[in-house]
This record gives sequence, structure tokens and C-alpha cells, in this order.
Amino acid sequence: MQSETTARRLEKVLVANRGEIARRIMRTCRDYGLLTVAVFSDADADAPHVAEADEAVRIGPAPAAGSYLDVGALLAAAEATGADAIHPGYGFLAENADFAAAVEAAGLVFVGPTPETIRAMGDKAAARALMASRGVPVAPGYAGEDQSVERFATEAEAIGYPLLVKAAAGGGGKGMRIVRAAEALPGAIEEAQRLAQSGFGDPTLILETYIERPRHIEVQIVGDGARVIHCFERECSVQRRFQKIIEEAPSPAVDEALRAELCAAALTAGEALGYRGAGTVEFIVAPDGGFFFLEVNTRLQVEHPVTERITGLDLVAMQLDVASGRPVPPQEAITRAGHAIECRIYAEDPADGFLPSTGAIVDWQAPEMADVRVDAGVERGSVVGIHYDPMLAKVIAGGADRDRATRRMIGALRRLGVQGPTTNRDFLLAVLRHPAWAAGELSTHFIVDHLPDWAPPDDPLARRRRLIAAALSDAAGRVARRPLMPAIRAGWTNNPFPPLGDAWAVDGRSLRLAYHAVDQRRFAVTIEGDGHTETEEVAIEALDGPRVALRFADGVVRRFTVVADGARRRVRDLDGASLCIEAPRFPDAEADAAEGGAVAPMPGKVVRVCVAVGEAVAAGAPLVILEAMKMEQTLTAPADGVVTAIRVSEGAVVDAGAVLVELGEGPEGDA
Amino acid sequence: MRVLPTRVDPHSEVFQQNRAANLARLEEVGAALARARAGGGEKYVQRHLARGKLLPRQRVELLLDRDGWFLELCPLAGHRVGGGVRTGASMIGGVGLVSGVECLISATESTVKGGAMNEYSVLKSRRLAEVAEHNRLPTINLIESAGADLPNQSKIFVPGGAAFRDLTRASAARQPTICLVFGSSTAGGAYIPGMSDYTVMVDGQARVYLAGPPLVKMATGEDADDESLGGAAMHAKISGVSDYLAADERDAIRLGREIVRLLEWRKQGGGPRHPADPPAHDVDDLLGIASSDVRVPFDAAEVIARVVDGSRFHPFKPLYGPTLVTGWATVHGHPVGVLANQGVLFSEAANKGAQFIELCNQKSVPLLFLQNITGFMVGTAYEQGGIIKHGAKMINAVSNSTVPAITVMMGASYGAGNYAMSGRAYGPRFLFSWPNHRIAVMGGEQLAGVLDIVKRGAAARGGRPVDEMELEMMKTMLRQQIDKESDALFATARLWDDGVIDPRDTRDVVGLALSAALTGPVEGTMQFGVFRH
Repeated sequence: MQSETTARRLEKVLVANRGEIARRIMRTCRDYGLLTVAVFSDADADAPHVAEADEAVRIGPAPAAGSYLDVGALLAAAEATGADAIHPGYGFLAENADFAAAVEAAGLVFVGPTPETIRAMGDKAAARALMASRGVPVAPGYAGEDQSVERFATEAEAIGYPLLVKAAAGGGGKGMRIVRAAEALPGAIEEAQRLAQSGFGDPTLILETYIERPRHIEVQIVGDGARVIHCFERECSVQRRFQKIIEEAPSPAVDEALRAELCAAALTAGEALGYRGAGTVEFIVAPDGGFFFLEVNTRLQVEHPVTERITGLDLVAMQLDVASGRPVPPQEAITRAGHAIECRIYAEDPADGFLPSTGAIVDWQAPEMADVRVDAGVERGSVVGIHYDPMLAKVIAGGADRDRATRRMIGALRRLGVQGPTTNRDFLLAVLRHPAWAAGELSTHFIVDHLPDWAPPDDPLARRRRLIAAALSDAAGRVARRPLMPAIRAGWTNNPFPPLGDAWAVDGRSLRLAYHAVDQRRFAVTIEGDGHTETEEVAIEALDGPRVALRFADGVVRRFTVVADGARRRVRDLDGASLCIEAPRFPDAEADAAEGGAVAPMPGKVVRVCVAVGEAVAAGAPLVILEAMKMEQTLTAPADGVVTAIRVSEGAVVDAGAVLVELGEGPEGDA
Repeated sequence: MRVLPTRVDPHSEVFQQNRAANLARLEEVGAALARARAGGGEKYVQRHLARGKLLPRQRVELLLDRDGWFLELCPLAGHRVGGGVRTGASMIGGVGLVSGVECLISATESTVKGGAMNEYSVLKSRRLAEVAEHNRLPTINLIESAGADLPNQSKIFVPGGAAFRDLTRASAARQPTICLVFGSSTAGGAYIPGMSDYTVMVDGQARVYLAGPPLVKMATGEDADDESLGGAAMHAKISGVSDYLAADERDAIRLGREIVRLLEWRKQGGGPRHPADPPAHDVDDLLGIASSDVRVPFDAAEVIARVVDGSRFHPFKPLYGPTLVTGWATVHGHPVGVLANQGVLFSEAANKGAQFIELCNQKSVPLLFLQNITGFMVGTAYEQGGIIKHGAKMINAVSNSTVPAITVMMGASYGAGNYAMSGRAYGPRFLFSWPNHRIAVMGGEQLAGVLDIVKRGAAARGGRPVDEMELEMMKTMLRQQIDKESDALFATARLWDDGVIDPRDTRDVVGLALSAALTGPVEGTMQFGVFRH
């Protein structure tokens, strides 16, 4: 035991991060008695993590390279606020040894492992060699200095196919290649070297045996530099594009014997490093229960809350304890009970290759339920931009066992209100409802195996009901805002004529809706479209801001949340959400200025302008290449025409809806 | 204020009989309204739609604020009057909310004979202009009209000139006039856009000229085409008759709404000053309360309790002249002085009515007349008691009152009672009838009885026997004629009122009418004619 005198008394912590993790760390800091300092880029000036901190410092422009990754700016912020410790969170500089060293050199406490540990684990080949030397099982592989194709070929024969080619300096699955036969090896090596060079500045590759349908299981460790303890395992097999989306603890595949082996291996790994702070030892577990060391993550993990739920620990508080010079608790003190599941809510479109989605969060309602924790980085009004990771929040649900935790998570996700960008909520529900999930039959191929062509649920009836909710709450709103006679029912007349109705697009489907107010609450609503014409009497049972309760002809009172997103309406209920766009009654002549051309579909950066003013283009010809969310998108001419104006230059950052290139009709008689 | 109690028993035989009879009458009214809405009938409606045009009622709907209101006026003008006049008199008119402003809207029904005007159209447009004038409402005319119905020109040419006079007088009185031209507006009709303050014409559709190509050819030999003679583009760019060129019908309506928004209109009578909570009693009961037989009286307080806010009513002088209920209440938050008949008018009731009207003028509160009156009391005692001079006082007060008055005919309207209770001739801002309403100088039965007495008297004086058969026939014919001409539909077809309403809508109709009336200033007077004491 260390004496009190060696403890460092921290008073103020700067959290060098943003979003949900910054908020989560600051929450414990506050409870711990520490003052908090947030940092923010220009894009985050109004972000919740900034509002919640005791102090906040602007550190630079929106791009992370000039803000959250700017070591100088972060240290200056710590100095300006008198912070005596820096917590890096995860991502950004969390696993950057130079940053950790710079923090310590500035006389501040780095809440994390030593720079040496970070550096040692950052080199995958060296990490693998170290672990192998301590008896931690490592997958057969090659991590030698000889990087010749010939040597790789020889080693590959020894390892056996299929195998993995990956960058020694990489992580997170980026640039990984699966090679199934010897003929494909040279090409894969060449490509992987190029990607490793461009992605990580180091072309060094390693080879590893490739396990079909493996599980990803990891062990949480915490060390104080002298002792290391484990906090049991987490399973994070459900992944898309090598990124975890659902994690749980304990793993349904781990029995007590395997747990003992895994945890022992993790402790060996931690002890080999003289580990300080919180970390994670990741393993690949084969269907037969054999496991191999994958890597050590020298930081707090996104999924740490599932461990917190089953152990009752506060891992951030433990990090702060260690940073204050306090020893970790004895291993016997760490116990577990129950089951916990975490779902990551991403702004992305699972039906479209999990492409990130951006925009304003116009509706945010976290579920309020027992044993459900929501760590959110956003709130209503937050804007999800192109600069940062599109994870909005994590939902953590617990229960006495896995089945109960699953049921609670399904309830929590159905009650979660999030509208604006497309999210993976419905997709997560599809995973949780899948029989393979219930059976605990997981692997990192879960999504490819079970939900390869997932599409959002198409429910025409729900769509019509949401449209009714949008239209009737609009109508009630117009009546309430009426300058005169608000007690007169909507559309009152003593000689009712069938109303014209209005055209709507609901999730891209054309519907026509007309209504007639029977009295102040009841409406006869007619909807045409979706192969259907139907009139039904619907009563507004309650209307309170965005929340509306409607009683339908079947006698069921259903609740909706209707929010305005500009002129559009976003409506959600327990089964999902719909975007309702009403065609304007009076097309505004002045708004049609740009007849054709390229309009940015999402915020992004202009990579290339492919045309010049005056150039004749054919329909489908590329006009502009836009990079948004690290994806390139080519905007093409909607019709034949002549470029009449170019509104942007290469490198410009544009908002969604911005007109980039204008097209006019071609000179007549040309054809 | 006291909440009026109710003694209505919805299970009583009388209630059920009234309800059944009133529902049957409402069905007749509904059928008549359906005729009005049908315009020129399915064939002409389809032809109109096939041209890509909006129906006149659709134009009105789009012009109105979404989820606002439209109080249609005189929808049954010309109903079954013969002479080829269609129900509605080829026009749609009423008060509606446009860009938050209560406006008088008038649209030609272009599916009926191309929107040509007949003598009932002239009467109706006169009445609509009067509503705009008295209540200080901006006017919006939606025009697509073939002009005068030429075979009937003799009935309309001379009185029809008032339409143009009304437009410019309204303009002079700072009551803006807006004209949206969707089609033909030619010859005399060309002066409607010509004399409106703001004119919008739809490109490719509007035709506005004094003489069309055939007439020009006849008159001067010139070969002219529609567009250069009177097209929307020509009028917007060359003649200046049009102020705005609309791309299409919806664009014209959008421009019309924009023009109203930019009027910066302010209601001079103010908005509601009190809560507009619904009555404490079910308004549906009115169908069982309103007597289907006007000879059977019903309790006016039960009606008041279903019209005024929260059924709250402060009776004035309840113990004096009780056959006229007077008192204060609010309707949709607007204060009103209510006068409701509770039987025949006696001298005391007439005096009380006159006093009450003076009080309402003194404090500038509008009047609501709930009329169900068979007349003033007759007989020697009453004549000697001066029933004439007392009745005259009430008529004097009604005639000279300057606060807005709304009249609802909820049963009988006979004799001078009609006048004292602010009948049509006394210029109430709005006058609506219930379907059970009967109106005449006196009832058919009474008239037949009078005839019987007079004939028998004459026969006795001449020493001739009474031809019982002939007398009975004469009485039956008279009774039938009077009954037919006293009917609510007969009355409304001739514009004796502004429409027959569903009794259950009374509260909303009165509220909307009051609100419209409050667009102008509300200022009572203390100047009345000489009261004979």
C-alpha cells in the first residue's frame, strides 16, 4: 500500500475530448470532487460537453487536426485554466505516446498508461512478440523485420491459409486484407503496404492466421504500476465494418474455465507492461474455445459501461484513483452480478452500407427506465457534422440475465427518440430480435451472416398513421396560433365542400391527405396513395408541444412525437420514425432559380470541380466530386445542359443543400 | 355571473318530436346546400376540371387560411325561384380568414352558365358588398364570369351598376378591394378588375376587355385576338389594368393572400376580451328545444344557455316584462347584450327592450337578437295601455342603435315583432335562420280566420248566404300560400336572411359574425328618435 503522502492531490481535470465520453468523464470528475475543463472546436461551441464543464477553452477550428489533435493547443488550454491533469478519453490522442509524454513533461498528470506502455502496444508486431514471450497465446503469424514478398510467402505457408495481412502500425481493422490462397498473397501485400504507408506512415506488415467466424472477447484490466487486476470480460463480436456496435458482459460463450484462462492471460499481459490505469486486452476466440491475443488498448473503451454495470465499479473513478497515486483494489474485491448490454447509437444508414448521416438532431428523448443508462453526446438541437465520429450515444441496459437485459434493451431502444440524421436504431433492434442473438451464437461475421440485406421496416400503415399525426398536429397548431377565434374548429364552414387536400412525401412515398374537422378534437381523415384510399375518424386525445396522442378508429390511442425540421415534419412512435414532407400549396416562383445542377446532398468538402462555365454536359456527366464523411461522392448532371455558373471552388467546405454548379438549357437547335 | 340551469329532458316526447322534425328539415336544407355546391352540375364541373382549372370553391379554399374558417352567406340565394336561376345564384360569398384578416370573399360560380349573372346574383352581390361596407371588411373578388346573363339583361342591367359603385365607394372608405381574375371578365364585368384597388390576372386565362374580338370586328372592322385585346400579360405590361401577372391559378391566389397580408390590417373593434369556453350544456339539445311547430313556445333561456360562453348569463330586469329576456353574456369571448323572446311582446317588455338597447349603446356592446315572436299583444286593454307607443319605442331604439346587431330567427317571426327584434329591414349586421323558422305578416291559420270573419260579415251585411264550399277553398288556398311563403327555404332563397343554419352551429355562427362585425369600430349612440312617453 502506498502512503497518503505519495498521493497527488488533483483539483482540476481537463478532458481532451468531446461528445459522450467527455460528458461521461466529467460526470465522474464532478462526483469525485474535481473541477472540469472542456475543450472545444468551433463546431462544438454549443455542444453539451462544453455547457456542462466548469470551464471551457476553444482550441481551434472544426477539423480535428487543428483542434482535438493539437497537442500544443491542449497544453495551452490546461495552462490557461490551471488544470493539473488531462484525461484523453478514447480516440483522438488517447493512444498517442507523444501526447502522454508531452503532458507529463508539462508537469501534468496524464490519466492513462505511461508513454512507454502506449508506445509498446502501439507497435502491433512488438506487442505480439512481447506477449508471446510471456506465454500469452498469440495467433500463428509473422511479425519479422524481413518485409520481402518471398519471406512473407514462406511464412504464409507455415501459418497456413486463410490468413490476415495487416499494417504493423495500424488498428481498428483499417487496411486489413484476408488472403485465402497463395496466388492472392503478392497482390494483397502490395496493396496493404500502400495503405499502411498512406494511412499510418509506415509500410511494415504483419501476417496472422485467420480464424473463420471468430468471437471478439476482451478483458478489462486496471493497474496502478505495481499491481494489475481484471474486471472480467466483455464480448464485442457484433461489428459492422470492423467496428463494434453491440457489446455485452459477460460473454455468452465464456464459461468459468475459459473466463479464468482469459483473465489470467490478460493479467499476464498487463503485468508484462507494468500496466498503469485502465486498459483492455483483446482476444480472438475461435469457435472451439481456443483464443489468441489480439492487442492491448491502452485507454478507456467505449464499451466500459457494461463492465461497470456488472461489477458496480466506476472505471473513470478508478482511473482517477490511479492518477492520484492510489493503489487499485484487491482482485477479490472485484465481483460481478447480472448481465449488461451496450448498444451504440450511430448517425448512419445501415441500409446503405452504414454510410454516415449528418444533420441536426431535431428530436432527442432518452428512455427513462430502471437499469438503463444512456451516455449521450448530443441533445435536441445538436448538429452532427462531418468532422467527427458519428456515434451519438450509448444505451446500456442491465438485467439479472442476458435474456432480461435483452428485453430491457429492446424496450429502451423503442422508447429512445432520435430524429434528424438516419440512425442505426432499427438495425440494432433487428440484431437484438434475431434468434441467433437470443441463442448467443455470435461472431464478428454476425451481420454479414444474419442481416446482410437488412432494410428498414416498411410498414405502410405506420407510415399513414405518422402522416396523420404530422398533419393533425400541424392543423391544431395553426388553429392555436390563429390570431382570431381560436375556439372555432379547424376549417369551420357552414357549407362544407370536399377539401382539396395536400400532397405529402412520407419516407419517399407519395400520399395525399385531406381532413375535415368534425369538432375541435375529431377529424375525418382521408389518405390516398400507397395503393390505398382510406377515410378514418381520428381524435386528438392530447397535444403537448411535440407530443401528440391520437385515438384511431380501432380504438387504440397511439402516441407520437412530431417535430419540425425546417418545413418538414419528423414523426416517431414506438415502431420507428417517418419523415413527412408536405408539398407547398403555393409553389414559390422565386425559389426555382436554379433549374438544374449539382446540390450538395450532405455537408462536405469539394474535392474536384469537373466542369467549367459554358461547358456543355450530357445527363449523368460528373459535375463535382464531394468528400463527405470520408466518402467520395460524384454529383452528376440531372439532364443535358450548359454549365451557367460554378458556385464553389475545390477545397471548399459546403453545407447540405448548397448549390454547387448551375446548369441551364443548352442552346436551342443544337440537337 | 350565473350559469344558466337546464330543465331540458332529452327523453321527453316533445324533445324527440322536435328533434326528428328539425333533423328532417335540416336534411332538406342539406340537399339544397348540396345543389349550391354542385355548381353547374357534374358535366360542367368535369369540363372545368379538364381544362386544368380549379373549381371556384377550391379557389376559395386555397385563398383561405389553412384551418381557418369560412362563414358562407346566402348560399341558398335563388333556390327554386325559377327562371333558370340555380341555387346559390351563380356566386359563392362569405366571410373568411385570409392571411389572418377577416375578408369578404366573393367568387363567381363559373360552372353555371360560365358564371353569368342573373337578378339573384345582383341581389346577392349587393348584399355581400353591404356586409363588407357595414363591417369594414376588405373585399376579394374571384372572377371568371361570362358577364350578364343576356336573356335576363332587363332584370339586371340597371340595378347591376351598383356593383361598380360599391367597389369605388369601398375604396374611398379605406376598405381595400382586391380582384383576382381567373377567366373572362368582359364588357361591364371588366370594370370589376378595373375598379379594384389591387388586380391580379392569371396568365393565359384572364380575358378582360370591353368588347371581344367579334364585337370589335363588328364595330370597327379590326381583326383582334384575345391575348392582345385583354390577356393578362397585356394588362400587366401594356395597359396597366392589372397590377400583378400570375403564372397560374395558385400563383394568383398566393398573390392575393400576399396582398392581404401587406394591408397591415387592424381590427378596430378589437378581439375577444373574455374566455371562449364552450357552454355548460350540450348544444345538440337545440334540435330538441327548437319547436317544429311555431305555435308551441319554447324556453329562450335554454337557447341562451347553449349559445353563450360557459352558459353564463347576467339577466337584466328579469322580473319586469318577462316575455322579453334581456341580459349580458359573451359569445366566443365577445361581450353581447342578448334580447330573446319568451312569448308575446307586452308594453312592459317593449319598454324594457328599448331601455336595454340604450344601455348597450351607452357602453358600446353589440346586440344579439334571438327572435321567436308571434307579435305584439292585441286587445282593448293593451291598445288602451298604449301598446303601439311602447312598441314604437323599441322599434325606435332598434332603428337608431349603432352597435352591431346579430339576429337569429329561431322560430316565429310575425308582424311588428319582426321589426322590434331587428328584422332584416333594421339592418342587423348578420341575420341567420333556423330551419324551423316561419316568417310572415301573420300566420296562415290566423289569416284564414280573418278571411272567414270578413267574408261572413260581408255576406251578412248583403243579406246573402255564405258559400261554405267557396269560402273553405279560399281559406285553404290562402293558408297554403302563406305557409309556403313563410318557409325558411322560401325566405332564404329571396335573401331575407344571410342563410339557414343548423341550430347546433348557432354559437359558432354568432361568434364568427360578431368577430367580423368587430372589424369595424363599435360605437354606440345616445341619439334616438323622440320616444313617446
